[in-house]
Amino acid sequence: MSFSLTLTLNGAQRDIVLDDPRVTLLDLLRDRIGLPGTKKGCDRGQCGACTVLLNGKRVNACLALAVTLDGAEITTIEGLADGDTLHPVQDAFIEADGFQCGYCTPGQIMSAVGLIAEGRAGDDPERIREGMSGNICRCAAYHGITKAVQEATRRMDAATKGDAA
Amino acid sequence: MRYHSPSTFEDAARIAAAAQGVTRFLAGGTDVLVQLRSGHVLPDDLIDLKKIPGTYDIAQTEDGGWRIGIAVPGAALGAHAGLCKDWPGVVEGMELVGSTQVQGRATLAGNLCNGSPAADSVPGLVAAGATVEITGPEGTRSLPVAEVPVGPGKTALTAGEVISAIVLPPRGDKAGDAYLRFIPRTEMDIAVVGAAVSLRLDGDTIAEARVALGAVAPTVLLVAEAAEAIVGTTLDDSAMDALAAAASAACNPIDDKRGTAAFRIEVAGVMAKRAARIAYDRAKGASA
Repeated sequence: MSFSLTLTLNGAQRDIVLDDPRVTLLDLLRDRIGLPGTKKGCDRGQCGACTVLLNGKRVNACLALAVTLDGAEITTIEGLADGDTLHPVQDAFIEADGFQCGYCTPGQIMSAVGLIAEGRAGDDPERIREGMSGNICRCAAYHGITKAVQEATRRMDAATKGDAA
Repeated sequence: MRYHSPSTFEDAARIAAAAQGVTRFLAGGTDVLVQLRSGHVLPDDLIDLKKIPGTYDIAQTEDGGWRIGIAVPGAALGAHAGLCKDWPGVVEGMELVGSTQVQGRATLAGNLCNGSPAADSVPGLVAAGATVEITGPEGTRSLPVAEVPVGPGKTALTAGEVISAIVLPPRGDKAGDAYLRFIPRTEMDIAVVGAAVSLRLDGDTIAEARVALGAVAPTVLLVAEAAEAIVGTTLDDSAMDALAAAASAACNPIDDKRGTAAFRIEVAGVMAKRAARIAYDRAKGASA
């Protein structure tokens, strides 16, 4: 039995046919669509390396069956930059040294984009650490990650206010 | 594995009742997917409930209570101003389940049906006097949340039955609730002990109370003696001591790597007192 679904993936519509209902969104992205930026760490919702935005909200791609997502809008790390211009969160991670080995970084960045959109943490480091607690970094680059999210929050706030003025 | 996505709960119940092998209902999937991927539970039939209309809705009922759809994720509960105002303890319990990413999918109904004695959202629901609407092959019935878990991983639902909504009673005036848990870190952990208190005031005196404890017995406990210890009081020191003693006395915990039985019994009293204080202050604030 096959299943067909349509996703809006990084702004582009994709028609997908699955031969197996057990395929997770994570495996669909990495193995079947060829977008390996979303990482597989624990594959059970604990590490956050597979964080993507599903209809604008942060989720673990390993905990969603692709077959359940017909009509959904998905944003992955590959969809953040505008050509060669990095997203402000990407820039901030580079400047603040928010990584070492880099494996958790796509998940950290997607989680940070989601956190900033939620608007609950502001630039308070304690609330940022709480909001990012679903993303584990085994190199322990947490100091740089927190600084990066703070800096990106400030810049994106300033840009929004600039647009409004 | 056969995947089903029925458009009514009646159809979901029919599919489940007719299924021969291992069957799982799918809401947020944050437990079912982990069990599936680890090979722990490999369903023959997986019944996705998220295509059923209304499962993502939070609606006020005619009597002033709330009806919460079974696919409403924790993040949506926390973003709902009306629900947060009426039942902050229920919402804060659910928001302690997993990370923000898990909150994007995980549901009250799933946390309840997973049947963990340490489920963070369940004590708040029990203290609130919440009920579930259950749809089965024989029709629908209502059951208090307190009666849904019957043991670790086991519920009172029979074959073919599925929770079709969570129902919270009207909050009313001068009332408050709270949930607290003890964990050895600050985030992303499983409760060693959880305590929820819901109460209503008459002036400064507690007129009604319900106290529920998690992770201290095979199921979440509703502790009538603990509630009786604070009803008729203004939560003075002697009432607090009686509350703690009654909460500790109700515990029947296990020793495990997260805490000893003796530690859980002691901390249950402490958590009950602190949750009662928060609920009391919320009730006062709400009536101010």
